[in-house]
Order: sequence, then structure tokens, then C-alpha cells
Amino acid sequence: MARMFFTQHLRRLVPHEPVEVTGATLRAALDDLFRQLPALRSYVLDDQGRLRQHVCAFVDDERIDFSGTLDCKVAPESEIYVMQALSGGKTWPIAFSPEPGKGSSS
Amino acid sequence: MANRILAGTRKGLFILKPDGRGWTVERTAFLGSPVPAVLHDGRDGTLYASLDLGHFGGKLHRSDDFGESWQEVAAPAYPKAGEGTDGDSLKLLWTLEAGGPGQKGTLWAGTIPGGLFVSRDRGETWALNEPLWNVPERARWFGGGYDKPGIHSVLVDPRDENRITVGVSCGGVWLTEDGGRSWEIRTRGMRAPYMPPDLAEDGAIQDPHRVVQCPGKPEGYWIQHHGGIFRSTDDLENWQDVPSMGPSIFGFAVAVHPKDPETAWFAPAIKDEFRYPVDGKFVVTRTRDGGRTTQVLSDGLPQASSYDLVYRHGLDVDETGDGLAMGSTSGGVWTSADAGDSWTLLPDRLPPVYAVRFTTA
Repeated sequence: MARMFFTQHLRRLVPHEPVEVTGATLRAALDDLFRQLPALRSYVLDDQGRLRQHVCAFVDDERIDFSGTLDCKVAPESEIYVMQALSGGKTWPIAFSPEPGKGSSS
Repeated sequence: MANRILAGTRKGLFILKPDGRGWTVERTAFLGSPVPAVLHDGRDGTLYASLDLGHFGGKLHRSDDFGESWQEVAAPAYPKAGEGTDGDSLKLLWTLEAGGPGQKGTLWAGTIPGGLFVSRDRGETWALNEPLWNVPERARWFGGGYDKPGIHSVLVDPRDENRITVGVSCGGVWLTEDGGRSWEIRTRGMRAPYMPPDLAEDGAIQDPHRVVQCPGKPEGYWIQHHGGIFRSTDDLENWQDVPSMGPSIFGFAVAVHPKDPETAWFAPAIKDEFRYPVDGKFVVTRTRDGGRTTQVLSDGLPQASSYDLVYRHGLDVDETGDGLAMGSTSGGVWTSADAGDSWTLLPDRLPPVYAVRFTTA
């Protein structure tokens, strides 16, 4: 099974990595990933199912960005990294802290 | 009477409460993440916060215990485009409003790139309002400050929940009287000095930075427009230009008195290419007579070296018309208990403020 690793900014949604996925293409591997972790889908893909404009994936060190295809080949021994693209973005992606989803009193 | 202020900022949500002398931070959430819109739904007490996670997109969170705990719910999503076409995707959930009193659970969301969405189930699912999305004039809309156009104002009429007004930057003001099944543009009288002269009165290119409606006299509206200040006293049939108001008629924010449509407040700045207070003196302008005369309010506001800009959701008035709250791009939050005659600065330095809203916990 291919193994997927993630930017630390997605740690709240992916508490343990690598995530093992099946699929012969990046698209199929992501589909399997979202079956395991459904909340992750909208963080990685946009409304049209493309990689988000400022997210990129590396499949065995080959960079795939939002303008590329998700049909690239994935092998059982592949390593896939899902990272924030350091290409800009109006805002800086920062995970909630210290405890996601909880307010804190002051 | 309102006893909380919700402040959505560049680095999280801040909930303020009165502390006897002024206001103080009671609670925070989403620290580090931009919160462009927040809504406390008075019909069922639910609190909503929209997040702009940049690389990872726009999100929506909901709280049933006034911010003690949060649950992520669905954000509006644009419909899948046909094969081979370049479809849209949510860029920003810019404003959130509750539906009418008889529509518990109904929410309206204004977004970039220009879609109006409705949820009938407290944000569990969303649907794009296709009739507005499909108006032919949308082809002439364009972005104002963002790459794509956006809906920043959604006004559900207190007389009739099926009568809804939306403001689009840049795309004019639109009205539905049948709950969103059909839409008409309502920009007669507006003028856009940033366009070639022959296009300046085209409704579909107007840039109303913020539209507000007087709850007690709902036929009265105000707009802080990119090109100045406009008001309507006849239910959006016509807009009248207010040619002069204090140091500048440029700005983003406007608030209207809850009962008196003649009274409104603005946060002026040097126009357009500069966008900071005139001469570095931060003031609020107020009219009590529909724009014929203006009071320039400065007591308690910095009168030197102020570069505070108030964004379009950064000024609010409470239900009495005496309480005001205002947040700036420099992280200052000021409140007034006397309709703006005097202001008190929150001692805490907040991140740049996107939105402030009064509510009752």
C-alpha cells in the first residue's frame, strides 16, 4: 500500500501518519484517503475536485499542483506527500491552537 | 440589551463582555486563523464562525454553547462544472445572516466568487441560489479588492422574510421579493466614478462596499459605496447621493440606527488609493438628518498618527441605537455608549479586525 504524509498544518485532521492507501493513481489514492478521513477532502481538494490552488502533492518526489492531473501513477511502494504550496495565498495556513475546536476562557 | 461583542479578526474570534467600565475579552476561538464572518443566531442561540484558512479554503464552524465548543459543518460549495470547463470554488465565506423568524435553521451566506448560498438545516448542507447566479448581468460583475466579485451584505427584510437585499462588490444591489426565485437590480441613482463616464451608471458594476437597512423603518437603506455615500428612503426604488460628509465620503463601513433611518454612522478614510484616516486623525461621521448635516466624532479616537481603516463589517450599532462598536485594521476596538459622541478603546490589542457584531449571550 502507498503511504501518505501530510503537512503539519493538517495534523488536526490527520492525527497519525503515514496513512496507508490503495489506488493506482493519485486520484484513486486520494479517494481512498477520503474514505478513511472524510473531513480532509475539502482541505485538499477544491469544490471542483482539483487540488486546491495552494496545495501541492509529491508522488515519489514528483510535484503535482492544482494545474496538474491527478491521474499520475501510484505504485504500492509509493510515498505521497500532501503539502501547502509555498506559492502565496492571501493568508497563512495556521492550525487552530492550542486545542482545536475548543474555545479558551481568559 | 446587547451584552456581548463578537469580533472576527485576522487571528481568531474574540468574544467581548462588559466589565463595568468598558469591555473585556471573555473568550477566544480559532486563534491563529482568520475569521471573516461571525453570526449569533438569535432564533436558536447558535453561534457560527466562518474561517478563511488560506491554502486550505473557507470553512464554517458552529457552536451550540456560545463558543465553549465548536463543530465544523459544511461550507458552501460551488456546483461541479461540466467536463472540460473551469468551474468555481469557494474563496471566502464573507457574510452570514439568519433567515426570517419563521424560518428556524435557515441561513444565508454571501461568498466570493459571487455566489449566494442558503442552508435550511443550520449549515449542514448548502445550495447555491441559482437564479441570482444566472442573472445575465453577472457577466459584468468584477472583483473589488479580491480577484473575483463577492457578496458582503445580505439583508432579510423584517417585514417579509422572502424579501432579501444583497450587496455585491462589484455587482450592484439586488432584490428578491419571492425568497430568491427571481432578482431585480436596484441601483437607480448610483454612480461609479471609477468607470468610464458612459458606464458610470451601469447598475451591474456598482461597488456598494456595505449595504444596511433600518430595522424599524425598513424602507430606509444606506450604502457606503466605493464612490461615496448613498441612501434610499423608498424601498430601493431610488438612491440619493450624499455629496459631502465630514473629512471624506470614502470608506467601507456604515451602520444605521435601528429605529431612525435618518441616523447613520460612517468611518471615513482618504479615498481609494490611500485608505487611511484623513491627516492621520481617526473619526466617525454621523448624520441625524439623512445626510443634510454631519457630526464629526473624535472624542476618544486617536487624533494623530492613526492609520486605522475600518473594514465593511467592522462597525455595528446595538438595538438601542446608542451602543456602537468599531474595529480597525490596526487591531483597535472602540466602543461608544452615547451614539458615538465619545469612544472608549478596548485595552487589549487585537489582531486586525474584520467584523464586529453586537449580540446578547
